[in-house]
This record gives sequence, structure tokens and C-alpha cells, in this order.
Amino acid sequence: MSIMDEQTAARAAAPAIVVADELETRYRSGDTEERILVLGALDRITAEQAAPDLVRAVGVELVRDALRTNDPRLVAAAMGPFAGRHLGDHDWRHGVMKLVFMGVPLAGVARLDERADDELARMAADLAEEREAAGRPVPEDLLALLPASRAAAATHEPAPTRPGGR
Amino acid sequence: MRIFDPHIHMTSRTTDDYEAMYAAGVRALVEPAFWLGQPRTGVSSFLDYFDAITGWERFRASQFGIRHHAAIALNPKEANDPRCREVLPELDRYLRRESVVAVGETGYDSMTPEEEEVLETHLDLARRHGLPVIVHTPHRDKKHGTQRTLDAIANSGIAPGLVVLDHLNEVTVDLVADSGCWMGFSIYPDTKMDPQRMVAILQRLGTERMLVNSAADWGRSDPLLTSKTGRAMLDAGFTDAEVDGVLWENPVAFYGQSGRLDVTPLPGFELGAEAELFEGNSILRGAAAVPATATATATAS
Repeated sequence: MSIMDEQTAARAAAPAIVVADELETRYRSGDTEERILVLGALDRITAEQAAPDLVRAVGVELVRDALRTNDPRLVAAAMGPFAGRHLGDHDWRHGVMKLVFMGVPLAGVARLDERADDELARMAADLAEEREAAGRPVPEDLLALLPASRAAAATHEPAPTRPGGR
Repeated sequence: MRIFDPHIHMTSRTTDDYEAMYAAGVRALVEPAFWLGQPRTGVSSFLDYFDAITGWERFRASQFGIRHHAAIALNPKEANDPRCREVLPELDRYLRRESVVAVGETGYDSMTPEEEEVLETHLDLARRHGLPVIVHTPHRDKKHGTQRTLDAIANSGIAPGLVVLDHLNEVTVDLVADSGCWMGFSIYPDTKMDPQRMVAILQRLGTERMLVNSAADWGRSDPLLTSKTGRAMLDAGFTDAEVDGVLWENPVAFYGQSGRLDVTPLPGFELGAEAELFEGNSILRGAAAVPATATATATAS
């Protein structure tokens, strides 16, 4: 178990304010690798139990911060189980789209199937339209988010391979 | 060919770029304030950066014969960080500098309420200072974000002719074309927009209120793509005057609205003249200043 894991486990029973403060301090004063570890700790807290309000609030701010960065590793680390459960819809959708832009596979996005909604499909369709108008390729992950793909998935039919369905 | 790059982040570029830009005909540019890659965490980072793009970078450009002006703003992404929002009251004094010809870059990154408030603040500042505005259209959810941006501009009361919406593409240009705002395009090696696509847009919509930039920055980008776009225009049958119109006259007209633009050839650039110093440093490291050539002061190519 890593140091972060041990301390996270030890603090699981600690007051929420201690955990929240620890996570925030480690994130703010850490480098990218440390920040990724903090985001991982948030994911594990979410898995083990419902995150206390204070931890959830701090966690959301740290995830939003990570989603604004330009390092794909940080952005990917921010879209795990914690974000899957606690990040607001608008920020979560933009997180998914940012991963598409960065070329990071969406396989690592927690709860993608449950949270992908009509608005995300609309955003994906608009991006596919832009790429087509530009004569640029449409990423595979984007195709899977399109309205036609979601409809096909719902009826267990094969998904379209071209962004024709809107 | 004479070129004025209306949107380029020279703070991330080397002197090799400056030399190549000058050789390709770039004689003026505007560097708008943006994020640096690594997120800023406080006001003083911004102030140092604003001082750098109005001071050191302007000097650096002058050593290579290029007139450098800046735009100042709190960029869309960092508008979301409460620690960065605190820079807003500082903008007034920067917007009064002679080296500053616009408010920018402002606009949406993720279409959050915080970004909207900051955009509105910038449009109001621009209106009060009588300065043009560089508005960045978002890369994610671009069509929707561009429409939201146009709504914010309309609500602000600022004259559309003082605003450029930048990073447009085939889908968003049509939203902007009839608004009275200027249309900006960032020509990139693989993404955003390329010379051939740009030519197609110019053929379809004409050259009026069109601005072409390289937006060269920390990422894969090329400060010579303005020149390559000019060449692509010539190949497609546009005249020298039309190319000069897009690459020089248009940015001069847009930023000239600030009343502060100076695109006259740089003094002290001729062979034998003493190089100017910035804080005691000429950065020429013993090499002579590049002599002004016949093309440097040409009014037409």
C-alpha cells in the first residue's frame, strides 16, 4: 500500500475537515504526480463510502482545477469515480469533451454510460459536424457519443461508423 | 509581403522565430494575454506577466525589427479560479499603457457563470477605455459557445466593429459574418484552421473584416503560417492588394481603433546604429542588429 493509501485509510475515520484539509494541501502544494495521487485518493474514498460533505466540496474544487489543466494525465485522473459520482453535469460533460480533444480514450471515464445524456450527444454531434466541415477525421470515441450511437446501443444494434445520424 | 500577426504568444517563442518572422515579412504583431500552460495561482503572477508582455517582450521584438503591442485581460480558463479573479481591479492601469492596444483574450472556455461575469467585465472595460476586444471562441461546444459570445457582445452595448471573434471555423464563421464583428482565424499545422481552408472561407465570404493569425504559442504551432496563408491566397488567384489587405491593412484598421498603434519601421535598426538596451541588456549577445533591408520599409510587396 502506498503512503497515500495508508494515510487515506487511517484518516477514513478521521473528522471530514481533517481529510478535506489534507487533500487540499497535498494537491495545492504538490506537483502533477502528487496531484494525480490526490485525485486517486478521492476516487478510493468515493468507492469505500459516501464522501462526507466537506470532502465532497473540496474534492469537486480540486477536480475542477485539474480539468482546467493542460496535462492529459491530470485531466484523465480527474474523470474517475469521484467525478463520476459528484461532479456537476456541465463540468462533467466538458471533462468528457476535453478528453476527446486531447485524444485520451474515454474507456477510463467512470460511469460514462450512466451519465452520457442528450446534451453530451448534442455536443458530440456539433463537434463531428465541425470536423466534417474541416475535412478532418472524427475520433472513434466521438462517434460512440453521437445520438445515433446511443439509440443503437439502447436497441443493441450496431453503432454507425460515420457521423450521419443526428 | 508585409504581415501584421494580430494574435501570437511570443512569450513562448524563441529568437529563431523572430528572425524567421522578420524574414517572412512580419513587421508588427499583437500579443494578447492568455494562460501560460502551468496554471497561475495568484495576482502577482499575472502582474509579472502583463509587465513582461508590455515590457520585455516588446523590447525583444524590437531587436528583430518587429513592432509589438499587447492586449490585456484575465483569460477565460483562469476566470474560473477565485485566486485569479482578484486581478480584475488591476487591469485598469494596464489598459492605459501606450503599448496596450486591446482588451484580450477574453471569452468562454467552458461556458461557466464565472467566465460569463468576467467576459462582461472585460467588455465593459473595453467600452470605457475605447479599446478593441479580442474574444476567444471556445474550442469545446464551439458553435453554442460562439452564439453565447455574440449574445454577450450584443448585451454589452459595445460597438461590434470594436470586437474580433477569434478561432472561427467553417461552422462558426457564418454566425459572426452578419454581426458587424471582425472574424479571426488561427492557422495551425493540424488543427483549428489551415491555409487551404482559410482560402476557401475568403473565397466564399470575401476579405472584409477578416483577420488571419498564427496564434503561435507553447503548443505545435507555426508563426510563419500567416505568410503561408498569403501565398495560398496568391495561388488561388487573390491579388497582391487583397493579400496585403487581409494580412496588413485589416489588423492595422482593427487595432488602430485604439488610437495607440504604431507600425512605423523601428528606429535604431539600421546597420551601424547603436542597439537600444532594456534594463542594461540588449539580448543581441554581441551580434549586430539585423540591417533594415529594402523590403523592411516597403509599403507594398
